[in-house]
Amino acid sequence: MNQPLMISLDSLAQPIDFAALEAAAKSGGCASSSCGSSAKPDDMDADVWERIKDHPCYSEEAHHYFARMHVAVAPACNIQCHYCNRKYDCANESRPGVVSEKLTPDQARRKVIAVANEVPQLSVLGIAGPGDACYDWNKTRATFDEISKDIPDIKLCISTNGLALPDHVDELAAMNVDHVTITINMVDPEIGAKIYPWIFYQHRRWHGVEAARILHERQMLGLEMLTARGILTKINSVMIPGVNDEHLIEVNRWVKARGAFLHNVMPLISDPAHGTHYGLTGQRGPTAMELKALQDRLEGGAKLMRHCRQCRADAVGLLGEDRGQEFTLDQLPEAVAYDPAKRAAYREVVARERGDHVAAKQSAVAAVKDSAQEGGTLLVAVATKGGGRVNEHFGHAREFQVYEASAKGIVFVGHRKVDNYCMGGFGEDATLDGVIAALEGIAVVLCAKIGDCPQDMLTAAGITATDRYALDYIETAIGALYAATFGRAIEQAVA
Amino acid sequence: MAFKIIASQCTACGACEFECPSAAIRFKGETYIIDPKKCTECEGAFDVQQCANVCPVPNTCVKAA
Repeated sequence: MNQPLMISLDSLAQPIDFAALEAAAKSGGCASSSCGSSAKPDDMDADVWERIKDHPCYSEEAHHYFARMHVAVAPACNIQCHYCNRKYDCANESRPGVVSEKLTPDQARRKVIAVANEVPQLSVLGIAGPGDACYDWNKTRATFDEISKDIPDIKLCISTNGLALPDHVDELAAMNVDHVTITINMVDPEIGAKIYPWIFYQHRRWHGVEAARILHERQMLGLEMLTARGILTKINSVMIPGVNDEHLIEVNRWVKARGAFLHNVMPLISDPAHGTHYGLTGQRGPTAMELKALQDRLEGGAKLMRHCRQCRADAVGLLGEDRGQEFTLDQLPEAVAYDPAKRAAYREVVARERGDHVAAKQSAVAAVKDSAQEGGTLLVAVATKGGGRVNEHFGHAREFQVYEASAKGIVFVGHRKVDNYCMGGFGEDATLDGVIAALEGIAVVLCAKIGDCPQDMLTAAGITATDRYALDYIETAIGALYAATFGRAIEQAVA
Repeated sequence: MAFKIIASQCTACGACEFECPSAAIRFKGETYIIDPKKCTECEGAFDVQQCANVCPVPNTCVKAA
């Protein structure tokens, strides 16, 4: 069940011998459609699962296997948010302070094809800032029209503040845009007035509570219209301590009632260096544990997304990585032709690997549920480079995926970003202190390899780090760890 | 009688270009520019200048001296 793969997922991301890959992918004797295993969660209908199973942002499970790319083609915006300074870039939908290349629809087409030919995990094309995809609509439409001609199976996705959304819902449906993200930070205009200084609507600027009321009404209308057309929606909310943190419980209720598929509560990113209103006025973002506490309170409402990496507007790759620098404009060829072979081969491999992963995951989760004791909760941070396995060296990790094992099973609850500790073979103590701080609340770190020195320093900080479960599926490893920690003999059950 | 864009502050988002009722704004080099011959300051079209009101950077799209 849990043997190492014949083809590593990792190797697929590198230049490959395609003939060998294809032969290997076909040699397993089990076509994905007939082997009976599916990663579909029990509580989801088959139709919805079919639509999200390759979308890394809409399915936590998919984000181990599939990649997205964003193209910054629609830079104009119709609102001002206190967490955004357009002079730099849009702070919450892109890493702040890093200016992305803006692309014309034709440049975007060349970039997407170049990426599709090189990154077999690519499944989703999104337009997610800087700017608003619905407000800067002509560029959004031109980009999607072009690219869907070349790559008909790529999923199209947009992100919007919602103000101009109701004007374009019918066109979105006609263009087969099946996933729409709306950033909704409030349902009370009094709170909205503390987040949005102004909006531009019907040829003039509106301020304060009046502006927030218009925005709120347009957001709710847009969401209802999308739901009525069966388009899947994700609601992004920026958690701003002291402004809307408690209020997001109310937001969750409103969007759930209007059919939102997912709710993604993200931490405010705030730094004076970004030049945003919040950065300059000292408004802080939440800590990782504050964010988790709010997300835990929201469980049971609209389904939560916990694996968001708040990626750049020109991000390329799996959610935890960014290969955007490999595909900047100056590196793109003038003429590109799409070759579907690599993506097709990757999908075949993933279909099989995924079935295996799901079976392993289910048995590990069941074992933890069966043996869980009162108060027996374990927070585990995992170093992984994809494929759902413990397969990254501690010193190379740029982030850790965080899982909680308890009576509820083994649940992905978030991630912690770190500066990678090991730079060209030299570990730096200063960086390790940062890593330890980022791992607040974590009991155990699982990784493929760790040196004695960082392991000792983590131990001194009260965190166990081990490479004992290297290359195992994440859930299998955590199941075994849970058994070892809480002393019940469930190891056999998950082995 | 015209508006102008302070080039060093322009983010090149282009919102002004498609809000302009007079097609007076175009992209040139690394910034948008307003053709003073075409700019009407939106008189007869809107109550407020569209470019200056949609511009995300304060004091960047302003009345030409």
